[in-house]
Amino acid sequence: MSRYTITGETGEWEIVVGLEVHCELLTKTKLFCGCPNAFGDEPNTNVCPVCLGLPGSLPVLNRRAVEMAMAIGTALGCEIRPSSFHRKNYFYPDMPKDYQVTQYDEPLNVEGRLTLVDGTPIGIVRAHMEEDTGKTTHMGGDGRIHGADYSLVDYNRSGVPLVEIVSAPDLRSPEQARSYVSELRAILVATGASDGRMEEGSLRVDANVSVRRFGGEEFGTRCEIKNLNSLRSLVRAIEYESRRQVELLERGGSVDQETRHWNEVEGRTSSMRSKEEAYDYRYFPEPDLVPLAPPAEWIAEVVAKLGLMPAQRRERLASLLGESSEAIEEQVATVIDLGLDDLVVATIASGADSRLVMARAANEAAQQPDAARQLDPERFGELIGLEAAGTLSATQAKAVLGELLTNGGRPADIADRLGFKALASDELGAVIDAVIAANPGEWDRYVGGDDKVAQFLLGKVMRETKGRANGKLVAEALASRRG
Amino acid sequence: MSETEAFAGGALAIAARVRSGELSARVVTEAALEEIAASEPLLHCFNTITAERALAAADAVDAKVLAGEDPGPLAGVPVALKDNLCTRGVPTTCSSRILEGWRPPYDATVVARLSAAGAVSVGKTNLDEFAMGSSTETSATGPTRNPWDPARVPGGSSGGSAAAVAAGLVPLALGSDTGGSIRQPAALCGVVGLKPTYGLVSRYGLVAFASSLDQIGPFALTLADAAATLQVIAGHDERDSTSLAHPVADLATELRRGVEGLRVGVVADFLSEASGSCAAAVRQAADALADAGALVKEVAIPELLHGLSAYYLIAPAEASSNLARYDGVRYGLRVDGDDVQEMNARTRSAGFGDEVKRRIMLGTYVLSAGYYDAYYAQAQRVRTVILRSFARAYEDCDVLLAPTTPSVAFPIGAKTADPLEMYLSDLFTIPTNLAGHPALSVPFALGEEGLPVGVQVLAPALGEGPMLRAGAALEAVAAPGARGPVRPQLGGPLAGVAR
Amino acid sequence: MNEPLSKDAVAHIARLARLELGEAELSRFAGQLSAVLEHVEAIQRLDTAEVPPTSHPFELVNVLRDDERSACLPREAVLAAAPAAQDGRFRVPRILGEAP
Ligand SMILES: [Zn+2]
Repeated sequence: MSRYTITGETGEWEIVVGLEVHCELLTKTKLFCGCPNAFGDEPNTNVCPVCLGLPGSLPVLNRRAVEMAMAIGTALGCEIRPSSFHRKNYFYPDMPKDYQVTQYDEPLNVEGRLTLVDGTPIGIVRAHMEEDTGKTTHMGGDGRIHGADYSLVDYNRSGVPLVEIVSAPDLRSPEQARSYVSELRAILVATGASDGRMEEGSLRVDANVSVRRFGGEEFGTRCEIKNLNSLRSLVRAIEYESRRQVELLERGGSVDQETRHWNEVEGRTSSMRSKEEAYDYRYFPEPDLVPLAPPAEWIAEVVAKLGLMPAQRRERLASLLGESSEAIEEQVATVIDLGLDDLVVATIASGADSRLVMARAANEAAQQPDAARQLDPERFGELIGLEAAGTLSATQAKAVLGELLTNGGRPADIADRLGFKALASDELGAVIDAVIAANPGEWDRYVGGDDKVAQFLLGKVMRETKGRANGKLVAEALASRRG
Repeated sequence: MSETEAFAGGALAIAARVRSGELSARVVTEAALEEIAASEPLLHCFNTITAERALAAADAVDAKVLAGEDPGPLAGVPVALKDNLCTRGVPTTCSSRILEGWRPPYDATVVARLSAAGAVSVGKTNLDEFAMGSSTETSATGPTRNPWDPARVPGGSSGGSAAAVAAGLVPLALGSDTGGSIRQPAALCGVVGLKPTYGLVSRYGLVAFASSLDQIGPFALTLADAAATLQVIAGHDERDSTSLAHPVADLATELRRGVEGLRVGVVADFLSEASGSCAAAVRQAADALADAGALVKEVAIPELLHGLSAYYLIAPAEASSNLARYDGVRYGLRVDGDDVQEMNARTRSAGFGDEVKRRIMLGTYVLSAGYYDAYYAQAQRVRTVILRSFARAYEDCDVLLAPTTPSVAFPIGAKTADPLEMYLSDLFTIPTNLAGHPALSVPFALGEEGLPVGVQVLAPALGEGPMLRAGAALEAVAAPGARGPVRPQLGGPLAGVAR
Repeated sequence: MNEPLSKDAVAHIARLARLELGEAELSRFAGQLSAVLEHVEAIQRLDTAEVPPTSHPFELVNVLRDDERSACLPREAVLAAAPAAQDGRFRVPRILGEAP
């Protein structure tokens, strides 16, 4: 990867980024109580004395949440260590106890590594457990916090288990940051601990951004950017913020270490500090919880249950697909993301055409991932076989696959039932002749050697046959008529 | 039936008679409610009296007896609950304005266990606001008075529970003890007060003051009643992560074992810090135990005197965090403000009394950046020092003997101007909480002004057995008249100042 | 010896603790808190270099619950306790800053 620099008036600058990713765990219940961990329910229906912070209530740690946190740590190559919980004290209405239970100086997972798709290793400082807050909705004004008349609070999310993954400040470009988050997302999904949905907030990213003279050793003062709801805003915010810092420094100013809020609409970051607020979190050991020190056998159990990670799975698919391209990489990412790679591998192993298997898995099967994961590779292979042999056109194959995923059955039977038969070659010949007759100008250009017109003619034929023709056969027929 | 007849013999006797059908729970409950109502203007032991619920619970017990079902070991025994124990649908105020109007949607584990054992809850007792105090004077509902002398404090923070038992209003009450809040008022009111091993009794539903120190325990007139109550409320609770899984000993059996061969250490360092009658009572108690066959010696544990300082750093620190949730958002008092910060601050300033504010401030300060190591972390190290020094003492002692309080009950208002002076009331009780150990106060003698004096028995973690053995031996030889019930002087000069 | 607490320091602590204190209260608390701190300072002179801190009396570890549902509270009961509620949620005055 080429060096990313910012060219200022006084020279080249390098950016230094570290990311903090909050991942909501896919447990059935919350971190410290038995309320459902669910998204989108009626406000304040998934609450109890514990997650509402009612006086007298006490937390009890969710075993499954710990297992998921250990799975994440393992997937990131972390060491799992004896750990404990602290209270982080600050007042905010979305936090029912006005402190957050989190891991402070003794996190569960430390010192791991994430390797970007291009091979760059990024350090993982820690991956610790903590509880989520409730949700505030700002009313009046324009629905944003500033200018709102009042706010409403829903505590359904309060106490949902989170793992916060803190990277080392090893990232050097917005693109690297994007690549880190998408790989981390794939890993989290692969562990089964996360659904990876950034837009629903189940994956939330904060970026620590600083700049320094290109080639410098020392870190600059960093700002923490919050409210990055998509990979796109992550990239834009890092670009904006690093530029802001460069301009500030070049004007002779200095960067304040502070938290800044990304405004997607305005495309800029702004200070979140309100004038009189001073934060001092007064961390101290949470007296209502006892330390967490997973014994070796428990860790081993979690490790044993962990499946292949995305990098290994990518490798496995790549070895089956031969030469790669951007399109294929995308298909691979989709297939892994949706957990369809086992199906793909098994189908290819049964002798089906690997590229066609990938295309149908990443495009059509991906529309119904739950059903696709249940699909019998043998059936899927039969379908791919019919398409590869030209018995079914691409359009027909897609329709059969849809039916196969929805209602099951044998691909050949489904094709019969849907009335799919490849066109008889004389019928196809008649259609091709008619298309040539109707488009003499294009035909002449084609005959004259303009291959770009081939697509046009092929499209006409496909339209006339309502997609029943096999594209490959049509192309061959056109070529042979050109002579 | 008069209350005196109904209560004769204490909680276990009541339960025995109710269980046999000889006495109805309703009669006992009515007698208790009558006494409570009559005493309230003078003593103010209660924040809430739950007469209707109590009678319904009593009727349910009677129905079980009639139906031949087991009504439980505390069948029909009226019990008073400190008003920091959550009771479903019944106001739980912690004697604070900030919890005004709040009715918990759930019962504390101890409340559920008492009720399952057939005990009849009659109401919620007064306390120092959020259990912060040693006199029940910081209560937002006004002070409770000591039935021995209504011009004096009952001690605190569980003053309402102690006074209610001392005045014979109820045979049993629950309190909570963070730095002595059961034992100190028990001593000042001439009743038995027992603070169990940390984790023996579930804290679920106890409104937290200092979570690593808080523990719930009983008040009673006799050790047998206190032990029976502990037997009911003790035991593992999966809703409290700090609850011990250890099985609870058969405490009634322990009570009868005697003290032959029991190794008793008298904490010499405390004697010099106690008033004449309080120190004398301990010496007398030591002699009595020796006479009964115990092996008694003096032990020096000077580190324990550092407990007070460590406590007044650790407890406020935890409290400052535990009490953050009273912010006017979800329950209790709200004083409006232009923005949420202002609303929070106004609510908290109006809702908390001075002592609570002081401790929140102290705790906030000692945890804040730059001070944590010098104060909070150092206090935690001193906590280790105290644990180790106790461990050394218990290498050759089964229990320790000490005064419960430095003096007898002091007059209302005597220490309110000087917080530090008030804090010193807990000098002898605090180390136990820091160590998580059990301790009890037995009414043993009469001291200055004819006021009761308690003697404290300390034991190592889960040493309730030996602790009760020593306690029973002391109870057997206690001065006549050193324990309640005592009839407050209703016609005395204070009748007019009653609230 | 530590410095006694200044009124400014007390005001800062009050802000952290979300308490609104008047001038008279600030002065009074400054005096009282300084007195308490002076007393507890004695423990700062103890040599504890080799002593680990205790935050909990017993060394329990790994107290866990299974990931199983338990009952939630009915929303009416939850909101009945609220000083202000609207649309099934708790209502609060405007919030000045984002969560930290
Ligand atoms: Zn809950």
